[in-house]
Amino acid sequence: MTDAATLFGLCAAALVGLGVYALIVNPQPLRKILAFNVVGNGVFVLFGAVAHRGAALGFGGDPVPQALLITGIVVAFSATALAVALLLRLFDETGAATLASDAPPKSHADAGEA
Amino acid sequence: MIETFNAGLALLVLALAIWTVVARDTFAAVVGFVAYGMLLTLVWVQLHGVDVALTEGAIGGGLTGAMLIAAAARLRCTEGAARAERPGVATRLAAALVAACVTAALAVAVLALPEPAPTLANETAANMAATGVGNPITGVLLAFRAMDTLLEAIVVLFAMIGVWSLAPDRAWGGRPGPLHRADPDGILAYLARVLPPIGIIVAVYIFWIGADLPGGKFQGASILAAMWLLAVMAGLTDAPPVSRTWLRVALVAGPVVFIAIGAAGVATAGAFLAYPDGLAKPLIKVIEWALLPSLAVTLALILAGAPERPAR
Repeated sequence: MTDAATLFGLCAAALVGLGVYALIVNPQPLRKILAFNVVGNGVFVLFGAVAHRGAALGFGGDPVPQALLITGIVVAFSATALAVALLLRLFDETGAATLASDAPPKSHADAGEA
Repeated sequence: MIETFNAGLALLVLALAIWTVVARDTFAAVVGFVAYGMLLTLVWVQLHGVDVALTEGAIGGGLTGAMLIAAAARLRCTEGAARAERPGVATRLAAALVAACVTAALAVAVLALPEPAPTLANETAANMAATGVGNPITGVLLAFRAMDTLLEAIVVLFAMIGVWSLAPDRAWGGRPGPLHRADPDGILAYLARVLPPIGIIVAVYIFWIGADLPGGKFQGASILAAMWLLAVMAGLTDAPPVSRTWLRVALVAGPVVFIAIGAAGVATAGAFLAYPDGLAKPLIKVIEWALLPSLAVTLALILAGAPERPAR
């Protein structure tokens, strides 16, 4: 029982690290949103592993952190949705999806590739 | 046996997470992310969080995945320009170092967790009888930590308002997202006719048993939203203009009922969101019934995106 919590706890630690790496090195905003979600998943799984260690009285895990996890997943979805909407509006306005401060004007974006 | 399964599952999750980081094509990375989200639901089941697994599958993997796939498809033409922005080796090494430090710190924390583990399971079990519901997660969500759930419902609504506020002026009050057309005899239109009746029953069932078994309003609402979006994407129906009064009422009805019952608690039970003795279960039911349609409409409209087309 404790084994699953430790194993997935370590897996979650690796997920957070992977997400942090991707957040820094991937220049595309959508990839950063993806990385943000990987970090979030890692935090949630880590929290879930801690909840699982609190199993008692026939509960598979401590119900309080598990309920907070449901709230967390929904809030992460809301934040992701807002980020994606901002990104799509940026793309509609400029024809490019970049965070570079010297963003190329619309003509430079190779919009013909699609 | 189960240890082998868990180890394999952890490795697969990590492999797919690595894929979403290193894949050159964003669309391929997002597809990997969806598969990864589905595997995470198995991780939740192994951690005995079936309610969380349902939420992860419906919202974390399902709705987030659908939204990211749509965005990746739309941004495909920016892929080439972004490749030129890739950071150099020095930045990547520094990032890897930072990431390794974060992982190492978390791993040390995981291995040093206190024994025996602190838990609120005893307190929850001791007080469950007062709520009248059988599922401890529902008890926590709607009785012990009802404030979190209220704020969560409002955060979802705020996110939708945020998405709407990104509409260009000419489209304000209009219909969200692009107009979807699909071959009326194609597989998408076929599935959009066959799946919703099944999906609606599954959604209502998951919602209905949520009081006593894993399930609940968020999971049910996500499935309802997905079914509606399927019909929209197949071109069988269109998203309503966001200026419709019935739509606005549907959006706020759930949170308003929740706040009203919470405020009534001040008079009848002495605290905001407290329930009078013996009335906890019926009041929880009313809140859940009020939140289900509001959440379904809100989640569906978040997925549909900002208004883009004039109402008519």
